[in-house]
Amino acid sequence: MSRIVVLGAGISGHTAASYLRKLLPKEHEVVVISPNSKWNWIPSNIWVGVGEMEPEDVTFELGPIYKKAGIVFKQAKAIAIYPEGSSTISKPFVQIEHTSKESFGNQENIEYDYLINTTGPKLNFEATQGLGPEKNSLSVCSAQHAKETAKELKKTIETMKKGKNAVFLVGTGHGQSTCQGAAFEYAFNLDFILKKEKVKDKAKIVYITNEYELGDFGMGGVHIKNGGYLTHTKTFTESLFTERNVSWIKRAHVYKVEPNKAYYETLSGNHNEIEFDFAMLIPPFAGVGLKAYNKLNEDITQTLFVPNGFMKVDADYTQKPYEEWKASDWPKTYQNPTYKNIFAAGIAFAPPHSISKPMKSSNGTPIFPTPPRTGMPSAIIGRNCALNIIDMIKYGNQTPKHTASMAEIGAACVASTGAGFFSGTAASITVYPIVPDFEKYPEYGRDLLYTFGEIGLAGHWIKLLLHYGFIYKAKLKPFWFILPE
Amino acid sequence: MIEERKPYEQAFFASKPTAFTKFLRTCVIWQLVKFGIINLKMTLMLLKSHK
Ligand SMILES: Cc1cc2nc3c(=O)[nH]c(=O)nc-3n(C[C@H](O)[C@H](O)[C@H](O)COP(=O)(O)OP(=O)(O)OC[C@H]3O[C@@H](n4cnc5c(N)ncnc54)[C@H](O)[C@@H]3O)c2cc1C
Repeated sequence: MSRIVVLGAGISGHTAASYLRKLLPKEHEVVVISPNSKWNWIPSNIWVGVGEMEPEDVTFELGPIYKKAGIVFKQAKAIAIYPEGSSTISKPFVQIEHTSKESFGNQENIEYDYLINTTGPKLNFEATQGLGPEKNSLSVCSAQHAKETAKELKKTIETMKKGKNAVFLVGTGHGQSTCQGAAFEYAFNLDFILKKEKVKDKAKIVYITNEYELGDFGMGGVHIKNGGYLTHTKTFTESLFTERNVSWIKRAHVYKVEPNKAYYETLSGNHNEIEFDFAMLIPPFAGVGLKAYNKLNEDITQTLFVPNGFMKVDADYTQKPYEEWKASDWPKTYQNPTYKNIFAAGIAFAPPHSISKPMKSSNGTPIFPTPPRTGMPSAIIGRNCALNIIDMIKYGNQTPKHTASMAEIGAACVASTGAGFFSGTAASITVYPIVPDFEKYPEYGRDLLYTFGEIGLAGHWIKLLLHYGFIYKAKLKPFWFILPE
Repeated sequence: MIEERKPYEQAFFASKPTAFTKFLRTCVIWQLVKFGIINLKMTLMLLKSHK
């Protein structure tokens, strides 16, 4: 009998746990540890953030689903990993702290045979002075944040209806933030709502980003066929914004946010400020801060994690210049190189380098997006880790054979407005592969057959399908496994 | 507060859709066709990613 412990019940962890339970005989135990009792379809938080949906539409309680599936669920956060055990416990274990009302603060050690770390990001608001919902800006990174954002938006719209003009600042709240897609989608939705509320004429939407050019999305942007040309997503994004009277500030590192003012530095080294009435700014991400100890209780956090807290996996972490980066630097199996029974998936694994070209301002401030790990790759990688562990349990092979390199996986980003069937529109972009492979596709690093962009109602229908489809799948309803990640 | 689009301002350099392009984006029949095409392309991309 083996026990597999999954840390985190987000897109990646929930997928991994579901496949482990489905494919492993019942004698093996699958344990999920996550601080939140609910699962959240994070992409739809955007709709919550503009008041088109409620948190209940994008979340559900995990307990009953796991009970039915035969997965042990502990509402707790992992604090430390002991991959060799300790002086008193011979097996590897994870130290956890309960977060449920009933046992809040209680600590427990959970032994494991295999561990998957899918703890996702720490929303690192502290990296920018004054950033975040507890301070001076809003967020849509969790359903609760999005709900508060919708409330603030409503208030701002009310003042506009009374005749006040308002400046909306949307984008990245730090020079190293990722998830530009979410900020872009929020700006797009904001425009839709302001029009719907008939106050767009009183609004100025400003998009602020750490991207070198709009449409970089932390992936260096993508090239798509459009009107007889191959165009970069810069053209696509600038056009979308111009059509909606959204202006933009690019190559910017926001370093301070005051109640109605943001301060930023640009790649050229200039320091500027912008006043706002409403600001939704995405924070940079870091690892959740798990610690690791060896059998002698010595701190081995540096062995398991890179300095920003993401877990080391089978990537090539050698520091090298942008020109020497290769698709093959990216991890394939997500197995930790030191402890072969540990895997990391989704945002929790440490990428070998960014995908966008690293840039520094003349003052030495890094201003470039860190690599995105969006929903589709997070889920595929989660499933892949599950398949590898199943092989290890069933056949005893320590060398995993299932691979899911981000240089061989695509991603779909559908930025859509309006939750109704005919009232929406969307910008859909798909890219293959996420990490460009210039050896395979010398000109742009991508397969242009699978990399495309479209604007229109059709994309909106797809986004609605994804919303309902993924929630259906995550609820493990009949034949959930037929739906692809 | 709609700002006029003037020469050399940021928006002056961006492409803008024509009225016909905008019409196609919301034309249900055309979008049904597009829906089929996008789904097919996304499915192919998914299959390639799941290999
Ligand atoms: C607003 C927004 C919109 C987005 N839109 C899209 C989109 O349209 N398409 C797309 O593909 N992607 C989108 N993304 C990205 C997508 O949400 C992420 O790629 C995905 O959620 C990553 O999955 P994950 O499992 O790695 O992390 P998460 O889904 O964040 O899950 C992490 C889990 O770990 C848990 N956890 C945290 N700390 C601990 C701990 N100490 N111990 C145990 N568990 C812990 C958390 O509670 C959570 O359950 C969006 C992201 C945001 C923020």
